[in-house]
Amino acid sequence: MKHDIVEKNIGLMIVFIMLTISGGFLAEVLPLFFLKEVNEPIEGLEPLSALELEGRDIYIREGCHVCHTQQIRPFRAETERYGHYSVAGEFVYDRPFLWGSKRTGPDLARVGGRYSDAWQRQHLYNPRSVVPESNMPAFPWLFEDYVNHQGTAAKLSAMKTLGVPYTEDQIASAADDVDGKFEIEALVAYLQQLGTVISDRR
Amino acid sequence: MSTFWSIWVSVITLGTIFGCWWLLLATRKGQTSDAETERTTGHSFDGIEEYDNPLPKWWFYLFVATCVFSLGYLALYPGLGNYNGLLNWTSTNQWEAEVAAADEKYGEIYAQYGQTPVPELAKTDDALKIGQRLFANNCAVCHGSAARGQVGFPNLTDNDWLYGGTPDAILATLHNGRMGNMPAKGVMPNMTSEQVDQVVNYVLSFSGREKDAAAAEAGKAVFAQGCVACHGPEAKGNQAIGAPNLTDNVWLYGSTYKWIRETVVNGRQNQMPAQGGRLSEDQIQILAAYVYSLSN
Repeated sequence: MKHDIVEKNIGLMIVFIMLTISGGFLAEVLPLFFLKEVNEPIEGLEPLSALELEGRDIYIREGCHVCHTQQIRPFRAETERYGHYSVAGEFVYDRPFLWGSKRTGPDLARVGGRYSDAWQRQHLYNPRSVVPESNMPAFPWLFEDYVNHQGTAAKLSAMKTLGVPYTEDQIASAADDVDGKFEIEALVAYLQQLGTVISDRR
Repeated sequence: MSTFWSIWVSVITLGTIFGCWWLLLATRKGQTSDAETERTTGHSFDGIEEYDNPLPKWWFYLFVATCVFSLGYLALYPGLGNYNGLLNWTSTNQWEAEVAAADEKYGEIYAQYGQTPVPELAKTDDALKIGQRLFANNCAVCHGSAARGQVGFPNLTDNDWLYGGTPDAILATLHNGRMGNMPAKGVMPNMTSEQVDQVVNYVLSFSGREKDAAAAEAGKAVFAQGCVACHGPEAKGNQAIGAPNLTDNVWLYGSTYKWIRETVVNGRQNQMPAQGGRLSEDQIQILAAYVYSLSN
């Protein structure tokens, strides 16, 4: 084929470009949609409770995922520090994934249960009060603002549409579950469950 | 991966590589000489023409090399569906090999320290060095890098223990964690504001700092009703349930009237997270020795 033909027919060129670019997607991404290891939850994995889900949204709102990852790689250095490496089945209810990409702070994939609630609260109120060399921002407003419960039920049913197995009861009681809770309670509830399904050491 | 997807992945991957190869050769076909020529592609835009020189040889062979490399890579490593590659490499077995290598290097030392009783281990310099690093990684975030604690997180160097400072008590704390819970107003939920004032003064009087002697005297009765169950008749505490000794002037939550009043009114909840599932038995033994060494 003469490349003149491709160069002078922009429509044809677009088709070829799309074919070329989609090669990687078709080989590397598409099969994952049908792969059991990636789509089936590990044993014991439960969808986030209404309060935890609101906590997750605060985690996203405050940009925690910008500095903290949630994926422990299978390196000894990481498994020694954080615990068992992350497996795909832990994330099947995550919409969206919060794996993150920049590791300014420590990985949070298994931070659940690692510190007490009191520590988490104090640390979020003023990180320097417990970790003097920390450069994490403080989040004092979480202690003043209530969780907005108006949209909680809608969030749960949206997650249900995406395939997270919430029951009708959970959706019905969602607003009541978070009504009157401070944002810090929601965020700490979210953090304290992270990675707790795989609890065995490494 | 099912056979279908395995074939799907293999066909696309190999197809892409051979497609690149074909493109490379196909576009070179018209060029017979590697030398630079004056030949142009024939088109001219605004008087600008484009030479039609062949790709330099080194560049061409670099492309060929990438194709060869990719085929070699796919032969050695998993990339084609269910084919495992000649090296049988997976990220999991690479990790397992790393861990096995570390176990071989350190396992014996850990095992040896793991068998040594805590008081003896606390006199072993090398074990304490390991302990210090473990402490820095796992404990310092709450207890501080010098283990001196802070408000709400106990000082581990002062030989004052909520749950006991014997080797067994420290090991139990590390293994299972501790849940501290002081109910608001102790076991006397209807304590009045005046009674709170009295009992706080009474508690302060143990370290000779009462503000109002009369109130402190009156607080004795309140203490007997609301606090004795955990803190004991002499306010010496109870290590079995983590009730602090109130007479030693060591304070987990601040020692002033205001702080103590807040503790009485609202109660305190505290938790030491269990390390049993997180650290190995040997690591816990070494950590216990390190903590033990801080006050022994």
